Amino acid sequence: MELDGLERRYGDRVALSGVVAQIEQGATLVVLGANGAGKTTLLRVLATLLRPHGGVARVLGGELPREAWKVRGRVGFLGHDPLLYRELTGRENLRYHAELHGVARERVDERLAAVGLERRADEPVRDLSKGMVQRLAVARATLHDPELLLLDEPRANLDPAAAEHLEPLIGRASGRTRVLVTHDVEGGLAEADLALGLRGGKQAFCRPARELTIAEARGLYS
Amino acid sequence: MIRTARAILRKDLAIELRTKESVPAMTLFTVTVFVLFHFGLDRDSLDGELASGVLWVTLLLAAVIGVTRLFATEREQGGIDGLLLAPVDRTALWLAKATAMFVYLTALELVAVPTFGVLLLGPDLFAALPVLVPILLAANIGLSAIGALVSALAAETRARELIVPLLLLPLVVPLLIAAASATEPLLRGDQAAEDLGRWLGLLSLYDVVFVLIAVAVFDFLLDD
Repeated sequence: MELDGLERRYGDRVALSGVVAQIEQGATLVVLGANGAGKTTLLRVLATLLRPHGGVARVLGGELPREAWKVRGRVGFLGHDPLLYRELTGRENLRYHAELHGVARERVDERLAAVGLERRADEPVRDLSKGMVQRLAVARATLHDPELLLLDEPRANLDPAAAEHLEPLIGRASGRTRVLVTHDVEGGLAEADLALGLRGGKQAFCRPARELTIAEARGLYS
Repeated sequence: MIRTARAILRKDLAIELRTKESVPAMTLFTVTVFVLFHFGLDRDSLDGELASGVLWVTLLLAAVIGVTRLFATEREQGGIDGLLLAPVDRTALWLAKATAMFVYLTALELVAVPTFGVLLLGPDLFAALPVLVPILLAANIGLSAIGALVSALAAETRARELIVPLLLLPLVVPLLIAAASATEPLLRGDQAAEDLGRWLGLLSLYDVVFVLIAVAVFDFLLDD
């Protein structure tokens, strides 16, 4: 993945400007910044949900927005919204997404087991706890074995045991290229290869995570 | 595209069966309007132009309710993002929503038309049905095609309850004229009106034009 001078605006307001980063296959980029810094916008641009308004964004060999079709279906997006229908059961939701992605139905049962929800799979999503919905959202985002994971606070609402349970799907152990947005500065830096700091939509730094001190990273929030 | 549209449609119908948000609201509205006309017009029965106008205007206003709700779950529960992330033809979403709207309208008419026959219509409804059914189906296709398009357009706006009727109703005026004109002779007991073929042809032309427009522009509507 390669970003060079990436820009995105909402009307006259600049949400992202001058973002430069390069991520190797299988590496993890942690994106840090205070609320409104542009982290979620960056993830949505990379997911092809928003068009970049300037600069270069090359993702999985496709240049955005022109070649967004090359990227769709190869990205796993886990944002604030679980992208699940509340009136459908967990199994029905995953089957729906499996059909959209052309994934075999057997994978649904496999993923439900992987996130520990086999026994609650036939209950409507509205009846599940927030933690369970987050686990189901992880199953949804990884159902099609994406090459790139775009994760916005993926461990929100999860207890430590559940977070550990999901590591093979969304953690370093998944072996996937990851872009991770988190406010957990220490945890984020510990599992990242590269750290990107955003302040007011502008890039504050982009350095190897091991070269960045916790104090420097925390400076983004002051 | 058909496989994707089928998956979206199955999901939409399952949600509608569980939430009962669109069809019951449309039906209740229609029956209420017929009851109001029954008392408001102070006539025992209607026929001809007046009966046709009452039937079609009521059905169109009921359709506005369905069109407003058509993208509600997608908007409220992130369904459009889920679809945009998948490697699918986006026109499948329009096809699924238009088909869902067609199903809702047909379900509505299964209750609304007999109710209209009982509460308001003078001439025998049963005799009119063989010709009325194709008119209803042709109008449903056009309404569904344009309804799904307008609903997608209004989905991301804050004033969608206002935007949907403002956009939809002017666009369906030709459909209203053709459907009401085709229905009018049936509702005065004339089953062999010579203009029927012309009005059905106009309805079919409207259907084809709006299906083609929807297929051509829907992808751009979903673009950021």
